[in-house]
Amino acid sequence: MAQVNRAPTGSGPLDVERIKKDFPVLAQSAHGHRLVYLDSASSSQHPQAVLDAMDDYYATSHANVHRGVYALAEEADRRYESARITVGRFIGAPQPEVEVVFVKNATEAINMVAATWGRANLQPGDAVLLTEMEHHSNLVPWLMLADERGLELRWIGLDDGYRLESSDLDRLLDGVKLVACSSMSNVLGTIPPFARLAEAAHAVGALVVADGAQSVPHLATDVHAMGCDFLAFSAHKMLGPTGIGVLWARAELLESMPPYLGGGGMIRDVRRDGFSPNVLPWKFEAGTPPIAEAVGLAAAVRYLEALGMGQVRAHEVSLTAYAQRTLTDRFGDDLQIFGPEGTEDRGGVLSVAYRDVHPHDLSQVLDQQGVCVRAGHHCAKPLMRRLGVTATARASFYVYNDFSDVDALADGLEMAGTLFS
Amino acid sequence: MPGLEDLYREIILDHYRSPRNRGELPEPPAHRVEGFNPLCGDEVVLYLLVEDDKVVDIRIAGQGCSISQSSASLMSAAVKDKAVEEVRGLIRTFKSMMSIHEARLGDGDEPDSGEATAEDEPVDLAALGELAALQGVVKFPVRIKCATLSWNTLAQGLDEVEKLAS
Repeated sequence: MAQVNRAPTGSGPLDVERIKKDFPVLAQSAHGHRLVYLDSASSSQHPQAVLDAMDDYYATSHANVHRGVYALAEEADRRYESARITVGRFIGAPQPEVEVVFVKNATEAINMVAATWGRANLQPGDAVLLTEMEHHSNLVPWLMLADERGLELRWIGLDDGYRLESSDLDRLLDGVKLVACSSMSNVLGTIPPFARLAEAAHAVGALVVADGAQSVPHLATDVHAMGCDFLAFSAHKMLGPTGIGVLWARAELLESMPPYLGGGGMIRDVRRDGFSPNVLPWKFEAGTPPIAEAVGLAAAVRYLEALGMGQVRAHEVSLTAYAQRTLTDRFGDDLQIFGPEGTEDRGGVLSVAYRDVHPHDLSQVLDQQGVCVRAGHHCAKPLMRRLGVTATARASFYVYNDFSDVDALADGLEMAGTLFS
Repeated sequence: MPGLEDLYREIILDHYRSPRNRGELPEPPAHRVEGFNPLCGDEVVLYLLVEDDKVVDIRIAGQGCSISQSSASLMSAAVKDKAVEEVRGLIRTFKSMMSIHEARLGDGDEPDSGEATAEDEPVDLAALGELAALQGVVKFPVRIKCATLSWNTLAQGLDEVEKLAS
């Protein structure tokens, strides 16, 4: 991974004051306060460079891809396919030109694995191993396939420190055909020991799906080091646009899988009695793809690479440590953080319960202070049940957040405490 | 721009901190009905004791945010000892207070179309008594579902009681 080493200015690994200026949305105020955006785990904001790249594509280079022989179409094609290479290199894909499939989002990527590889390879009674901390997008596709195929679903539990329970992993893995696991929890921030899990899964002949929706935007990613067979992620959580995501898989797996959606672009030939699919990756990209969004995603990747993913991680570690310290100092036992202590194996996601103030009320009071946090079940209802709550309030950090944003969060929590005391 | 004081009126906070008619009733003779708000996971459980077309008693269980809990508490105080027909009228009035503003908010800055609709009928705030404290909720459209959860559940409960009796 390319890392641009810049002299850090200010107190942290990133020059956040300068970065904030790159994000037009952060210049506005909310309810008379500066906008403090702490909901990047749900969807991140966009630097001007991403908006410019998409504007420029539409203003100068739009035509449909893979069809035209005129210069404009060739330019659209070039930008779309070059985005694929940029994104593939960002995750360490050995063959980005064939292994990176553009989809709608991480959810669609996982559904595609379930509907194609899953239907072709999983038989009644086969076991799929999931974890208690999965997002619905990495649960419901498997629940649907389990209903259809009569699969057995098994679950890796959580220990008291909000980490994956590893003590009975061998028993759980016995006979498993597929392991589907998040590489960073969207609720707890937990970063599981993915490479070790993948190695154990491969030892019993199982394949591994990584839900990278949270990890790819925040951690340097190398699919080979992770050991995953499939990696799913979304552009809109990594400074890119909505409407595009990625399924990465090893080329031979993609070759072996039946197509997902049928239509234009995904075929080599169509006859009255059948069709033959196109080569990779277009076999999985039926219909006109999100071209401008691919261009925007590539611009987001370039922006992150210029910051350096190592620096991004160091910045978020520093912010998370500051937030843990600040919230504990100011609220003590009144505030509970659902997630691992320390920063080593967790990301910048803080799900909290504050006294008995309902998360919806917390988020409402925070909104009046210009602080955006998410309240709810975060699309992880089995995890909420495991935690014994119906909802949490969640603050999540990214490159444009700094210590003052954490202070604004703490001030808002204090205000909610006073109001509901 | 609406402020927190529009939403969290003192009456609302009072009913949130000290909910009225909290608990359960033996069933039968009471009727139990549940409502859920999938958005935030709030749930309300109502126990209704209806005798001679009158809501003789009501109890509320479940959990939720200050708006859903205070709305349920205020509702319980308002409907207890009232005739079922009167309660149905109150449900209609309360829901129209919630939807009239919702509709206007949806219009944004557009001037009124001039067409008279049911939602343009004035809401008799006086008839709502303390419940009128919840009218500020409509300035926060996301929270309207919190406020109407217990009312929709009550309407469902009364329908069920009616069906069981017929």
